[in-house]
Amino acid sequence: METAVFIVAAIITVLSAFGVILAKNPVHSVLMLMATLFAIAVLFVAQDAHFLAAVQIIVYAGAIVVLFLFVVMLLGVDLAENLRVEPIGGQRPLAIGATVATAVLTILLIIVAASDSSKPESGDLAGITQETGNTGVANLGRVIFTDYVWAFEIIAALLTIGVIGAVLLTRRAKQQEVEEEVVEKEGGQL
Amino acid sequence: MAEALTNTVWFLPLAPLVGFLVLVFGFDKVFDSRNSQKNVPEKRIGWLASGFVITAFVFAVLQFVALLSLDGHDRAVTKTLYSWIPVGSLKVDISFLVDPLSVTMILFITGVGALIHIYAVYYMHGDKDYRRFFSYLNLFVFSMIILVMADNLLLSFLGWEGVGVCSYFLISFWFDKRENASAGSKAFITNRVGDFGFMLAIFFTFQAFGSLGWQDISHGASSATASTVSIIVLLLMLGAAGKSAQIPLQVWLPNAMAGPTPVSALIHAATMVTAGVYLLVRVSPLLEASYDWVPQVIMWIGLVTALVAALSAMAQTDIKRVLAYSTISQLGFMFVAIGAGAPVAAIFHMITHAFFKALLFLGAGSVTHAMDGEQDINKMGGLSKHLRYTTPLFLVGWLAISGVPPFSGFWSKDEILAGVYNNNRFAYVLLLLAAGVTGFYMTRLVLKVFFGKPNYTHTPHESGKGILLPLYGLAALAIVAGILNLPFSKDLLVLEHWLEPALEGGFVKHLSFGGGTQWVLGILSIIVGGLAMFLAFRIYHSNRFGSIQKVVEHQFFYKAWHIDQALTSFVGGKGNRMFQKAADFDTKVVDGTVMGVASNTKKLGGVVRLFQTGKIRSYALWVTLGAVALLVYFLIRAL
Amino acid sequence: MSIVAVAVSPSWYLILSGVLFSIGVLGLLVRRNPLVMFMCVELMLNAVNLTFVTFAREFGHLGGQAAVLFVLTVAAAEVVVGLAILVSVLRLRPGATADDISSLKG
Repeated sequence: METAVFIVAAIITVLSAFGVILAKNPVHSVLMLMATLFAIAVLFVAQDAHFLAAVQIIVYAGAIVVLFLFVVMLLGVDLAENLRVEPIGGQRPLAIGATVATAVLTILLIIVAASDSSKPESGDLAGITQETGNTGVANLGRVIFTDYVWAFEIIAALLTIGVIGAVLLTRRAKQQEVEEEVVEKEGGQL
Repeated sequence: MAEALTNTVWFLPLAPLVGFLVLVFGFDKVFDSRNSQKNVPEKRIGWLASGFVITAFVFAVLQFVALLSLDGHDRAVTKTLYSWIPVGSLKVDISFLVDPLSVTMILFITGVGALIHIYAVYYMHGDKDYRRFFSYLNLFVFSMIILVMADNLLLSFLGWEGVGVCSYFLISFWFDKRENASAGSKAFITNRVGDFGFMLAIFFTFQAFGSLGWQDISHGASSATASTVSIIVLLLMLGAAGKSAQIPLQVWLPNAMAGPTPVSALIHAATMVTAGVYLLVRVSPLLEASYDWVPQVIMWIGLVTALVAALSAMAQTDIKRVLAYSTISQLGFMFVAIGAGAPVAAIFHMITHAFFKALLFLGAGSVTHAMDGEQDINKMGGLSKHLRYTTPLFLVGWLAISGVPPFSGFWSKDEILAGVYNNNRFAYVLLLLAAGVTGFYMTRLVLKVFFGKPNYTHTPHESGKGILLPLYGLAALAIVAGILNLPFSKDLLVLEHWLEPALEGGFVKHLSFGGGTQWVLGILSIIVGGLAMFLAFRIYHSNRFGSIQKVVEHQFFYKAWHIDQALTSFVGGKGNRMFQKAADFDTKVVDGTVMGVASNTKKLGGVVRLFQTGKIRSYALWVTLGAVALLVYFLIRAL
Repeated sequence: MSIVAVAVSPSWYLILSGVLFSIGVLGLLVRRNPLVMFMCVELMLNAVNLTFVTFAREFGHLGGQAAVLFVLTVAAAEVVVGLAILVSVLRLRPGATADDISSLKG
């Protein structure tokens, strides 16, 4: 069963990922990204990470992708670049080469590592609370609020900073516009 | 009580510093609320500056009282204001050492300084830069106090440079005349040669003793190696020779007479030029620990300087230049005393010299005042008729410097002569000769200026009371200062007992002969001095021995043995090529290395800059390539 | 025996995540639209998340899943700030691509 789920989800993931990078229209890219995220959420479920799957859909698909859509709409959908032309010399062949090399090397590395029988014992991850039935949301919550509580707090601070930063960045732009408008009006009167 | 009194030591430098700041920033207008819109009357400025120096003198006396209340061997109090340079093992504090030597120095520096300040209040009357003059003068006193009170070499060096720069300012005080400005530069540059020695000495001292404090140096001197100590002493001697105008760095002092007369009296006779002597007395324990020939070098340099300068003085025609060469000669006497192991005699002579030479300079100032600025003694003569007060005062100075008992100069000079006799008989004879020449040229000066036929047409006028008052004070001191150290009995050697704790472990050689020999030496120097003065009297008053006059006033002596010209032609000619090579080395090798490193870094930066295109995608590509390299590395490791 | 009957090994997930990551890299290097480039970064982050979850199951440890939560949060913050910067930049220079925004160089 898991195999079937994996194959279907993997195909969707790869195809829609290619769709993200190949679509000319940014809106299509966003939609393809959403498909990818959904497929990955499915893979999360297949690996018993139910809570993460839910978060993936709610936060990623629900919030981040919508944010992307908003920005695309705000800035105009005609932002498609001409993919036939590459301004930076040697960028595209090198990029494709590097990417293929990354993929091939990673796969090779995984195969080599998987064939290595000396798999680390779970007990080797010392110092961290062991959770046996690790599927439960309750267990995940317990881990986050005990072992990783410090990181959690920092993440909270990071989010606050992010919000403030975003507000600040966009507000400054608005003030500039207002000033420009004022200048234009005065220019008109003169 | 001593503790409370020595705490006031900081007021010593503070008073002239405040005076300097007040004069520079013009706070003196605050003191004059009625005419705040107008210029402050110049006497107010002068007395303000003098007041601060007098204040410093009062605090110097307080330090003296504080030390008196202590037992002999406790008379060394260190007062630290704050830590100046704490770097690793190098710890230099802003701290003062109150001990008999430094207190002796500040007593006569601030005392004579105050008298000369008062003199200058009247002497500088009408000068357009009256306020600037006094601000320099106060800054000088401040620097001089730092120099002698500092408890370490570096702080002393700060004062040393301070007095150097004040000397420069004041020599070229009337800088609108080109020769005055260049005289200041000459003094400054010549002193730099000495300062270079001083700085090297500081570095060596730190390396050898791990500290720059006087007391650490004194205590560590005996355990340091003789070679290191000798190097330090010779380098310090170079510094001292620069500041105290010893051969071969004596050339600046005669030119320094371009400055106003009070400056010549204060800086270039009484105080600053004795700084080198003070320095060598201060490091007396180092002299003790160095090779035997090192003090001999000091002695012979002093001796040659004393003779050469004395023989130059007798041919000069400018009243101030006579006194300048005389100063060089007398400083040579002090160096001889240090080299002969008689530092007390050096300090003694320094004090008496400060009194009588300041008196002579101020007297000369009074004379030039009367002569409307004329300084050529050939154009004077018969002034005793007009200057009824200046003449006897100047004569006191003349008798003191010529070594006529019971004037102070006789006692201090005789002590040096005794010290040299104790050390080297040949040097004694030469020094006695120099002493005789002193009597000769001073008698010549006095006769040419005050007696004989007048060579001028106007009627000279006596100076005012303000100018004469400090002269009375200095004359009194010049007469009686001998009682500081009378050789008749051990109890009368006040100065020697007083300085004893400060000179502990120092280079002091006790006289190996009794009182009888001292009597003989004293009488001998009286005879030599008397003969020289008599000879001068015959030549310049009775107009006899014309051939001798031609010899002593020969161009060779007038030009001070052509040392100045020799130096000039060397520096301008052969030396210049050598210096040019050194400069080329600097520009090509040293600068070349530095600039080469810089330009190569720039070139490398230019290459690396090509990677920074500003295009984020190419950066990302480089990151990706890096990731690929890492993956290859991991794969190889895994295989 | 159909392929469906073969049990899924963790390596499959890892290989998938490697491929997904490489696609993200390719998009980032080739595309010039800053918005699309952002999406490619999201792809790469998701590839990493997938790895985390796989290892969490493999080692029976919830630390991996916790890490995913944190990555997710950082990604959200990054998108918020990044898009804000993008909006303000594109307001000044409408239609700019990533290559046009290159004045911050030495």
